Amino acid sequence: MDLSAINPVQLIAFLMVAATPVLLAAIGELVVEKSGVLNLGVEGMMITGAIAGFAATVESGSPAVGFVAAAFAGALLSCLFVVLTQFALANQVASGLALTLFGLGLSALMGQTYVGVKPPATGKVDIPVLSDLPVVGPILFNHDLMVYFGIALVAATWAVLKYTRAGLILRAVGENHDAAHALGYKVVRIRILAILFGGACAGLGGAYISLIRVPQWTEGMTAGVGWIALALVVFASWKPWRALLGAYLFGGVTVVQLNLQAAGVAIPVEYLAMSPYLITIVVLVILSADKSSAPAALGRIFHASR
Amino acid sequence: MSDVLLSLKGLTKAYPGVVANDQVSFDIGVGEVHALLGENGAGKSTLVKMIYGLVKPDSGEMVLNGTPYAPAEPRAARADGIAMVFQHFSLFDALNVAENIALGMENPPPMRDLAARIRAVSETYGLPLDPYRTVGGLSAGERQRVEIIRCLLQDPKLLIMDEPTSVLTPQEVEILFETLRKLKSEGTSILYISHKLEEIRALCDHATILRLGKNVGECVPRDTSARDMAEMMVGTALKTPERSGRALGPVALSIKGLSVAAPSAFGTALKDVTLTVHQGEILGIGGVAGNGQDELLSVLSGEVLCAPGEVLLHGEAIGHLNPIRRRKLGVLAAPEERLGHAAAPDMSLTENALLTGSVREGLAQGGMINWGATRRFAQQVIEAFDVRTPGTENAARSLSGGNLQKFVIGREVLQDPDVLVVNQPTWGVDAAAAAAIRQALLDLAAKGAAVICISQDLDELMEISDNFAALNEGRLSAPRSAEGLSVDEIGLMMGGAHGMEVAHV
Repeated sequence: MDLSAINPVQLIAFLMVAATPVLLAAIGELVVEKSGVLNLGVEGMMITGAIAGFAATVESGSPAVGFVAAAFAGALLSCLFVVLTQFALANQVASGLALTLFGLGLSALMGQTYVGVKPPATGKVDIPVLSDLPVVGPILFNHDLMVYFGIALVAATWAVLKYTRAGLILRAVGENHDAAHALGYKVVRIRILAILFGGACAGLGGAYISLIRVPQWTEGMTAGVGWIALALVVFASWKPWRALLGAYLFGGVTVVQLNLQAAGVAIPVEYLAMSPYLITIVVLVILSADKSSAPAALGRIFHASR
Repeated sequence: MSDVLLSLKGLTKAYPGVVANDQVSFDIGVGEVHALLGENGAGKSTLVKMIYGLVKPDSGEMVLNGTPYAPAEPRAARADGIAMVFQHFSLFDALNVAENIALGMENPPPMRDLAARIRAVSETYGLPLDPYRTVGGLSAGERQRVEIIRCLLQDPKLLIMDEPTSVLTPQEVEILFETLRKLKSEGTSILYISHKLEEIRALCDHATILRLGKNVGECVPRDTSARDMAEMMVGTALKTPERSGRALGPVALSIKGLSVAAPSAFGTALKDVTLTVHQGEILGIGGVAGNGQDELLSVLSGEVLCAPGEVLLHGEAIGHLNPIRRRKLGVLAAPEERLGHAAAPDMSLTENALLTGSVREGLAQGGMINWGATRRFAQQVIEAFDVRTPGTENAARSLSGGNLQKFVIGREVLQDPDVLVVNQPTWGVDAAAAAAIRQALLDLAAKGAAVICISQDLDELMEISDNFAALNEGRLSAPRSAEGLSVDEIGLMMGGAHGMEVAHV
């Protein structure tokens, strides 16, 4: 056992990378749930985004094209959820579970020819002077663009929800869709946009795993990150910054346990592997004990009964 | 008053199986308070929804200020100066007052300016309101203020109010009327929907009466008696419940100094409640909704248990007995919430009859259900209380609110209770059926049962009760003889005006 091999600076830098997929998926789902829709298909949309982004990158040679394709694929798959829940008025829980199962199967089919292929590397943002700073440099200024994009997305979501009229309307629809309808807001249209946004974010999160985090394609490689994103939204009490905190916690514990495994700590690997999921949920449960602020219309089916 | 603001011509709207509005025409003048009267299901709501752009008429037209008016959506209606205060408030609990108001506006100013305007308007019209409070924590009266201020901020030409006073104390009603009169003096027209005829007589200039979707008459409320208006609404002569002189017997049920913690975060704790009801007595309990009515009923019915001696039936301790054991002893209850509390929505009327009737009617013996007897019991309820349903096997959910209410009350009354506790017995029931239910309660008392009637309809309580008490924040006032009690006194018993003040006219 050699704990001295663990470099704290590198640890924190890795943590941000490990947290990004779950962060992207969670912030998307947060917006969806704020609009009053519960989409349990995050895992399915993530893995679809993962293979779509991977395939597009391999075929085009450009990771940028891959990420755009991933967002598009996630949103496309969420269209299925839109049709089921917003038009056919199907149960959201069942539809979401179906979406996950469908996404897992679809991605396995799409990915058959890509197993073992290595994707082109995604470049890092290299800020000349800043990234050479000791400690701060590698932690804050030496990442790929998606890490910064994720943080920016959290900030943007927070600001939109809190300060803009669009955000207010979105929250209102999630709070009481009948009242919003009575005031003349297009409940279904607003929810569709939110679901598509959630799908795109989940797709980006998936592509981040297959293109940067792991870079390769294996079946079922999202390994439950989509479910963690769902839990994160609930335990973050639907607050964007708290979701960021939860994602970093998850990423942090993941990186630490990987390092501990590498250092040969005398804890069975299985326990270490389950620790990020366990610790994240325990901490967030404690954090969310203050008060539950779930959108009141969450998961309820809206029908404008005229 | 000679100018016409909005003119409705031959508005018709049909839904599958029912014509909600059939060729309805009338005019609303500028600065006029126009009442729209009618029974449940007479088509009042559909009509105002058409004016507000929520529903499109099948045929007919509207003319606003001389130009054709056909709002495609509420937004368009608001842009044309039509504002509406809904019966069930269309508010968002998790948002604050200012956010709620911003949602109802086309181009809301920045939050800070909006908050200042809310303060200004609320002071002008005597409706104090803090813009930053979360709506979830407001009382019903305060929520209504939010809706009204939301409308007033848009300088409406026509304000539609759907049953605005059902949640207010008499003092709050008076203050609301002051606000409405001030609006009227400023030239705003008001379309006022209500079935409280005395209020309409006090406030409105003109009334249009709907029955089964048709305009069946107009009148000037000031010159028409409440009884005449009611008969126009119903279409037949109205039977007022007969109160036969009856002597009060010994004490049937009593509670002394009972305090119960609130069952949930939004519930009300009962504080030091003392209550006595005699055989042959109807005790009316008034109060604004949410002041402990549900909790009091739970304590009496046995849903919430307390120490044995805290509830006494004929001197015997029953506080620790559950509802089934209390039913066996003759204490029956009909709670307010019909779907989900008084009745199981997806079960048939027969099954619902079994649920409360099995003990006293002997419908399930040795664990086996006697479906024949149960069906006969359900049929008996349906016939005795004129419940309109195709049969006993229809789901409770499929009945209209008023019909289900008749079934729920009838089911208890026919079980021959010693003590009957009802909460809002005629809520949502039309005038004729309400009179029948009240008559049934009076007959029950005349036979020697003790009846506790919790209601928010003060006219109802005055009509049937011998003694009256009011619930206010979980405290029950000392009972007073209902005879000769004035509305002002009742208002004070109910806790006064809850911090409202009269508009600075």
